Amino acid sequence: MKSQLVIQNLYVETVDHKKILNGVSLKISKGKIHALMGPNGSGKSTLAASLMGHPGYKIVSGKIILNGADITKLSPDKKAKAGLFLGFQYPIEVNGVNFSSFLRMAVNEKQGKRVSPIAFKNQLIEKAKTLSFNYDITQRSLNENFSGGEKKKAEILQLAILKPDFAILDEPDSGLDVDALKYIAQALNSLDFPIGLLLITHYQRILHFIKPDFVHIMVGGKIVKSGTSDLAREIEETGYSKFLKNI
Amino acid sequence: MNPKPIIKDSYEMGFFKPEHSSFKTPKGLDSSTVEAISHYKNEPDWMRQFRLNALEIFQVKPMPTWGADLSAINFDEIYYYISPSDKKFRSWDEVPKDIKDTYDKIGIPQAEKKFLAGVGAQYDSESIYHNLKKQWEDKGVIFLDTGTALKKYPEIFKQYFGKVIPPNDNKFAALNSAVWSGGSFVYIPKGVHVEIPLQAYFRINAANMGQFERTLIVAEEGSYVSYIEGCTAPIYSTDSLHAAVVEIIVKKGARVRYTTIQNWSNNVYNLVTKRALVEEEGICEWIDGNLGSKITMKYPSVILNGKGARGEILSLAFAGKGQIQDAGGKATHLAPYTTSTITSKSVSVGGGQTSYRGSVKINRGAKGSKSFVRCDALILDELSRSDTYPTNLVNEEDVTLGHEAAVSKIGADQLFYLMSRGLNESQASSLVVNGFIEPIVKELPLEYAVELNRLIDLSMEGAVG
Repeated sequence: MKSQLVIQNLYVETVDHKKILNGVSLKISKGKIHALMGPNGSGKSTLAASLMGHPGYKIVSGKIILNGADITKLSPDKKAKAGLFLGFQYPIEVNGVNFSSFLRMAVNEKQGKRVSPIAFKNQLIEKAKTLSFNYDITQRSLNENFSGGEKKKAEILQLAILKPDFAILDEPDSGLDVDALKYIAQALNSLDFPIGLLLITHYQRILHFIKPDFVHIMVGGKIVKSGTSDLAREIEETGYSKFLKNI
Repeated sequence: MNPKPIIKDSYEMGFFKPEHSSFKTPKGLDSSTVEAISHYKNEPDWMRQFRLNALEIFQVKPMPTWGADLSAINFDEIYYYISPSDKKFRSWDEVPKDIKDTYDKIGIPQAEKKFLAGVGAQYDSESIYHNLKKQWEDKGVIFLDTGTALKKYPEIFKQYFGKVIPPNDNKFAALNSAVWSGGSFVYIPKGVHVEIPLQAYFRINAANMGQFERTLIVAEEGSYVSYIEGCTAPIYSTDSLHAAVVEIIVKKGARVRYTTIQNWSNNVYNLVTKRALVEEEGICEWIDGNLGSKITMKYPSVILNGKGARGEILSLAFAGKGQIQDAGGKATHLAPYTTSTITSKSVSVGGGQTSYRGSVKINRGAKGSKSFVRCDALILDELSRSDTYPTNLVNEEDVTLGHEAAVSKIGADQLFYLMSRGLNESQASSLVVNGFIEPIVKELPLEYAVELNRLIDLSMEGAVG
């Protein structure tokens, strides 16, 4: 159970009682990459949001175990401190909040002590370089007037700095051109700490650059098939239609 | 940006010192109070008459029928004049210990050394300290408490005093005119640029106190000055009243920036009239931050009297539990090609109420004038509210007038996003609020920006979660 993110039979509905997840189970070990694929509306993003504790979703039953501890009911900040990270599909803009100051504050919270501003800055410059992310952007307001690609890269930059044990990345590839995609894949491949990844994607394109250890197909709020990267290739050729027929 | 460890609901400036007054009028107000103040101050007869005349106006003028409810103010329970000391000082070492301790705690003498050109400090009714660095004095800059200026510079004083805001302007301007004491008198000679700010700090110490300071700033042609005022008071169970009047005269091509960080305790009624008369190509900027007080009603104004004059008003209001911040700004365009902008940002939380109240008047003949008003309100919970009362009166066709208003609630998605990175709810809310007011905060001197962010963090800690 240690060094694992375990999702046990998770049932989730919206605050107005619309059932979205109908018993999702998944076990992710540190160091492994799991890809979660599925058609639009299958519940992938809901899984990501509810794992992190979004107030718009209610976990009706089931458990989330992180490194052996039950984090199902914790608030998002406590989940983050426990080692979980969510890369947003649509990162939220926060006007007037400096990206770099915010991230340093988050690092301080995570570590429970103040990091030196200079050490932090150097780290930020270095990580930004890996992502081909213009350092000047880190001095702007959080996600405000960032391009689509900059927003996605900024999420990965935060991940690289915060060093979580497990990260859920909700469609880190959507809306990106192939170069931006490569930078993101390269940054994820070159992370200097062990991490378990749940990579949510609609298309298999990113999986050409990041090789998953496992691939899961989600349809109708359930994982209907799990396999290795061969499964992703199969989807690339035949699409999701045969899984849709099965339910 | 990083919230400090916080004591819940704490207002750090709430401490008080025992009152050792050297002269005090009895509670309540009539002509004998006014006579006593004028006599104690040894004023010329014209000022005594001015005061008595203003008192009559105050007595007949009804309370405002708009805005916040002021009916709980009991004018008979207020001390209208309390002098903490017979003397005024130019060195902190000479200031009586109790009083000096107060300003040390607020950080004024330290700030003076570091980044100010001059400092004035008022304690209850009297300014006890005024000092201007010599380099500015040598250039003819005058920075004195208003009472001393009346004696030292009677000519210039009489020429401008009460001209921008006459006693009959409103009930509280009349009250101030009757019992005024303290405040700053600033005179900047032609072409002189005072590059670092002057600051005045207003402290109410006594209970049931009325503080009625009177500030007059005259900026001669082509001059520049930035003036900052801060205010705090102890927390008492009874209310105090602060009714100041600030008049500014901006001559041709001059520029005055007036910054206020108002952090009165939550038992102070803050009813202040502020107005600037701006001549040709002159610029007046009001940066008005209201965080404290029980009720504030304050609308800094610009009268754009000369061709090409500009007025800019940035108003920031933060209303927590039990607070009403009725703030905004007014611009009157009397000459062609004048421009005004009013930017208001308000935050209400924990049942606090904010109102934007503003007016833009463009008179016939003020052709080519432009005005832009933007007011944004952020409401943090269901208990709190925000209202907007804009008035536009335009009597000229060739003008540009814009108005934008937005009310938003703190976004669940914003909080979720920030919390997903490890910030707790009050840290996340503080960040959103600080981000919201950032366009105004960035106009403040750094020390004040830091202080303002810290005050917001403190307020949020008590209000959220």
